[in-house]
Amino acid sequence: MSFSSRITTALADSNLQVALDGNFERSRTQRMNAMAALPNADLVRDRARAIRIEALSRLDTYLLQLEAAVQARGGVVHWAATAADANRIVLEIVQRKGDVTSPLVAKSKSMVSEEIGLNAALEKAGLRVVETDLGEYIVQLRGERPSHIVATAIHLRRSDVATLFEKHLGLPRTDDIPTLTAAARKALREVFVKADIGISGVNFGVAESGTLCLVTNEGNGRLCTTLPKVHIALMGIERVVPTLADLEIMLRVLARSATGQKITGYTNLLTGPRRRRDEPDGPDELHLILVDNGRSRVLGSELAESLLCIRCGACLNICPVYREIGGHAYDAVYPGPIGAVVAPALGGFTEFGELAGASSLCGACQEVCPVRIDIPTMLLKVRSAHVEETGGDAAWLGPAMKLWSFAMRSLPGYRLSLWLGRLGTRLLARNGWVRRLPGPPGGWTQSRDFPALARKSFRARFVERQTTDDRRQTMDDKRKT
Amino acid sequence: MKTVQLFITCILDALYPEIGEAAVTVLERLGLRVEFPAAQTCCGQPGYNAGYRAEARWVALHFLDVFAETDGPIVTPSGSCAAMIKHGYPDLFADDPLNLLRAKAVAARTFEFSQYLVRQLGVTDVGARHDGVLTYHPSCHLLRGLNEREAPLTLLRHVRGATLVELPGAEECCGFGGLFSVKMADVSSEILARKMSNLGVSAAPLAVTCDAGCLTHINGGLHRAGVSQRVIHLAEILAKQ
Repeated sequence: MSFSSRITTALADSNLQVALDGNFERSRTQRMNAMAALPNADLVRDRARAIRIEALSRLDTYLLQLEAAVQARGGVVHWAATAADANRIVLEIVQRKGDVTSPLVAKSKSMVSEEIGLNAALEKAGLRVVETDLGEYIVQLRGERPSHIVATAIHLRRSDVATLFEKHLGLPRTDDIPTLTAAARKALREVFVKADIGISGVNFGVAESGTLCLVTNEGNGRLCTTLPKVHIALMGIERVVPTLADLEIMLRVLARSATGQKITGYTNLLTGPRRRRDEPDGPDELHLILVDNGRSRVLGSELAESLLCIRCGACLNICPVYREIGGHAYDAVYPGPIGAVVAPALGGFTEFGELAGASSLCGACQEVCPVRIDIPTMLLKVRSAHVEETGGDAAWLGPAMKLWSFAMRSLPGYRLSLWLGRLGTRLLARNGWVRRLPGPPGGWTQSRDFPALARKSFRARFVERQTTDDRRQTMDDKRKT
Repeated sequence: MKTVQLFITCILDALYPEIGEAAVTVLERLGLRVEFPAAQTCCGQPGYNAGYRAEARWVALHFLDVFAETDGPIVTPSGSCAAMIKHGYPDLFADDPLNLLRAKAVAARTFEFSQYLVRQLGVTDVGARHDGVLTYHPSCHLLRGLNEREAPLTLLRHVRGATLVELPGAEECCGFGGLFSVKMADVSSEILARKMSNLGVSAAPLAVTCDAGCLTHINGGLHRAGVSQRVIHLAEILAKQ
């Protein structure tokens, strides 16, 4: 399905529209209040941005430091250049373990695993993967992908979940939220107990200590990383921060931007696997997989700033376009304004470049971004790269732009287009308004009238005004003499 | 007498000459001499925003050719065109050192109308009068592109006889976005519907803005819907006495 037909579908889905509107109002207010309550919020954001820039500008140093620190604490570090590498490494870890008997994998939310298609790869190898984050669990049962990078199932309403649980969990139909969550909890607890492998993402990896930070609200992250015998953590290589003090700054802006909380329900700091003698819980093995999958290429490109992103989702929550179409319409792992940069940066301009067209360039995304990523400028870069690679997504646009450019670079060309525009709109207009524009501009008159061009342009009127002034001046001068 | 160079954007020139004249009236009332470099056309924003950089560059070069020769501040009653010149030009000519110098020099002299009055001239009261209720729709490019929240509001608060009321969701985009409104007409229309509904809640018969893009977009929607509310340009209110 094309982008435009996915948009049409989303706009026609009234359930989705109600869900998205609710999310917009709620998340905007919560984020605003949380930021307003943060002392020196602007300075904290500047600091957070500086930390991210520092981490990326010496990414190699910090990643090697992270690797050494994780190893020193008894963890194993793997480097995955591509999605296929990452999946292969996970499978090798799972299959190498002789004492892993359960084919069940408990997974905590990880956008990187979505990016590399991990679940499909594991299932193909005969394993059963269960997403244990409630939103993620819901979309998994529905056979969908997340529609938001934080609030995975934001596109659904309570009744959708009731229907789903009725079908999959045999729960008598109810709209009662505690009953629904209790049913999910019961199903998921069994998974935690049975699974020998736990897989999670990583919000931040701290280079100096080898600490992996996981931010969740449900505790499922903690269970996935401590109950199973083996914990495999997937981390995009850009998610490194130099020190624990830096992590503290990042945490100050992350939850506030994402959910309007000061801090999330569970902020887990994991440093190495269980030390056998003195610790009662934790996995026997910790594997950290550092996933590149195109990131080092982005680092050297004009979209490098997108790597500062800490995946808080604030730009999705504020974006007027996301608010109308939701995440699935993008049909990319990362939706919304930042997704319209990240998806083409990682997946190519030919396939994903057109997503950047879904923006009015209003700049709200940049305004709310906790690390002040200049998303609008990067959307423009994606648009021009998309045009260069594919010739643009509308056949009429290229020739139209050539014509426009030619006309606007000289006064005669400009005058001619003004004259044509005036003639055209005058012919089509009734009482000064055009109700239907022909051809490609017809999109405008889908819901808006267009005013006929003025009978006389400003420039013509300005010349007349000056002439009158001059004449008056001459007459005044004459009178004086 | 201080001279300013007036840049009347292509939309204003073609559709709203009276807004340009209102801007001239206000500037002259403040004792400025207004010059209109006659060969000016468009700033190049449509091509730039659509990703057609080469085409936009040609248009921007024409702008530089016209305005680099002139003296004094360049004033334009448009937040988005001013933002294009101030931020878009340095980006367009990043690989072209000589034109980058010209672009930066021109950008430094370019001001959006309300910002010029308040920030450069230090004027808050232009001696305008309008009897009625007004509300204000901040265009995204003035608000976030040029980081200007206050200047237009300051000027409006000093209009005699006018009552300024709040517009719910004022800082939300109207959905125009240039070619976005044509290429993604249905999404743009949904965003516009929300803006129109918020205008309805404000109950102000007139909404003021500083960009002809939003003005055309919202008025087009209001006219189609048969609603009598209208958006007018700040210069038109300020020119009234």
